[in-house]
Amino acid sequence: MTQVDPAIPAGSTSPLAHRRPLGDRGFALLALASGLLVLVVLALIAISTSQQAASWFSAEGLKIFTNNWNPAANQFGALAFIYGTAITAVIALVLAVPVSIGIALLLTEVVQPRLARPIVYVVDLLAVVPSVVWGLWGILVFAPWAQHVYSSIASGVNGIPVLSFLFGGQNISGASFFTAGLILAFMITPIVTSLSREVIATTPSIDKQGAYALGATRWEMISGVVWPHSKGGVVGAVLLGLGRAMGETIAAALVIGSSATITSHLFAPGYNMPAVIANQFGESYGVFRAGLMGMGVLLFAFTIIVNIIARGVVERSARRARGA
Amino acid sequence: MQLRRGKRVTAAGGAVVAMVLALAACSSSTTSAPASTSTSTSAALSGTLNGAGSSFQNTFQQSAIQAFKSVQSGVTVNYNSVGSGTGRTDLASGVVNFAGSDSPIPSSEQSSFKGKTVLYFPILIGPITLSYNLSGVSSLKLTPDVIAEIFSAKITNWDNSAIASINPGVKLPNEPITIAVRSDSSGTTQNFSLFLETAAPSDWSLGSSSTIKWPAGARAGAQNTGVAQIIKTTAGAIGYVDYTDAKASGLTYASVQNKDGNYIAPSVASASASAAGVTVAPNLTFHAVWGSGATAYPITYQTWVLVYAQQSNANDAAMLKAYIGYLLGKGQSLLAPLGYAPLPSAIDAMAKAQLTKITS
Repeated sequence: MTQVDPAIPAGSTSPLAHRRPLGDRGFALLALASGLLVLVVLALIAISTSQQAASWFSAEGLKIFTNNWNPAANQFGALAFIYGTAITAVIALVLAVPVSIGIALLLTEVVQPRLARPIVYVVDLLAVVPSVVWGLWGILVFAPWAQHVYSSIASGVNGIPVLSFLFGGQNISGASFFTAGLILAFMITPIVTSLSREVIATTPSIDKQGAYALGATRWEMISGVVWPHSKGGVVGAVLLGLGRAMGETIAAALVIGSSATITSHLFAPGYNMPAVIANQFGESYGVFRAGLMGMGVLLFAFTIIVNIIARGVVERSARRARGA
Repeated sequence: MQLRRGKRVTAAGGAVVAMVLALAACSSSTTSAPASTSTSTSAALSGTLNGAGSSFQNTFQQSAIQAFKSVQSGVTVNYNSVGSGTGRTDLASGVVNFAGSDSPIPSSEQSSFKGKTVLYFPILIGPITLSYNLSGVSSLKLTPDVIAEIFSAKITNWDNSAIASINPGVKLPNEPITIAVRSDSSGTTQNFSLFLETAAPSDWSLGSSSTIKWPAGARAGAQNTGVAQIIKTTAGAIGYVDYTDAKASGLTYASVQNKDGNYIAPSVASASASAAGVTVAPNLTFHAVWGSGATAYPITYQTWVLVYAQQSNANDAAMLKAYIGYLLGKGQSLLAPLGYAPLPSAIDAMAKAQLTKITS
């Protein structure tokens, strides 16, 4: 430790100067302990869940990636759940990202800060709603109403090439991939909005003024100055939202329809990994239970990968922004 | 100044220690065995019994726990409705004193009990209804074969001739059938599928388990109440719902043909009748589905309290004897108002006799 300690005034002759004050050492220890605690907890979770899932991986091998989840016949292929996790997360992003970026630009570039504050409060309130409330609202209020809307959309798109592939089908239900994706979209909007807003707010005012001085309209200024500056950060925000959407459990469990099927029809009931763990854990045993644990491990791995990529993207763009 | 800074650190350090302790407590508090304050087996006991498992018996457990306070005011009983599978895991790992389970310990799970003897105490019987939503149809008869074909989507419309032929005089609508099932794994699903496997072996190919791979198009709801809600809001729906919840939700339910060929409606009496006609194994395991008897309702299931025969201390053994003795004795009178059926007296007597096997 040859580093100069700012707590010790240079050239001080006080006896205290000979060693670093107790407070500083204590603080360093405290910070280190907090940091390690998180790592230890994470490592313990990863180890114990993998251990409990071991019999699934060994019993099923690569068959864990088949579409056959049938506890009555001792078949535990998780593909339908992986598919459902991906589909609902994609729906959530497609719905939430444009809205979130729109709100972020509105708050930073369009309205006065005085007016922006109440909008920020309202958006942040969305993040405060407990996920079980989202789920119950989804299944009791939204799903019965959506059933009619979905049915009429499905009959409307009947025969149209791409649309009937996505929104058609016979098995229309209010609790479906799309409902789950929509609820997830509501849930990730606050985080994507607030992160994007912070990134967009760092655009140097002098660049913006420069664009206006060259005769740019507001839209030209946003697309030519703000967007290139904050693109990386916004992508990072979106990926963090994706991580949240993949892991969200109880709201998805309530509104996804709980049917382990792989279909392109978004209005059909589906299933995803967090929902199947929540639904089926209570009465499971043996390889069945190990399979549910194993999906937890897969989900853990997927979320870590997404988060690492998100961090990387954000850091790279931050570096580029500093360098520019 | 120096002193004050030191104090602050102590406080912050204390917070970290407290956090670590809290974490440690999280992992160990549930495993700590109830404190044994008394070693005598005399009338007044004190201590805590923790149980977990089957949600089917939860309503009974909660009211029995309340009523048991008047018998043994010093004993606190907790029952956590987490599902049979989790209850058995908790018993195996020593987290709870007793587990509630709707099915015997499956062979794949035996090893986790490390060869220790687990005693089965049957505590109640209950019917599973086939509830439906058909306007204008107030009574419906179903056979096990027809039920199996409906739930495997071989019969998909209400005016199917197989349904019509056993319901002469009933005007069945030309309406598609929507089957309503459980989204969560459940002892109700386990025993309903066991009934189909036993009573309609040639028509049922989906097996029996707490989770079934239902045909596409099935609507899934969480818990009995979730299935009841789907039936209520979907015209043409049929689903399997616990008798208690079917009554509470005001659903209409079908009469089902039993082993003797009679169509019987689910009720407390017809469930007890089904259990009276089953063969009970020496360890008191049995399946109440498809029991014989002229008035037996065939889709009837049972639930057990599971405990280790060998308890670690005398107080635990005494408290378990007292509580389970209460469930099998006075507690049985609590069942009928809750929509459960009491045990047939023969099984109840066998269970009471087994109490002496709990030792320390």
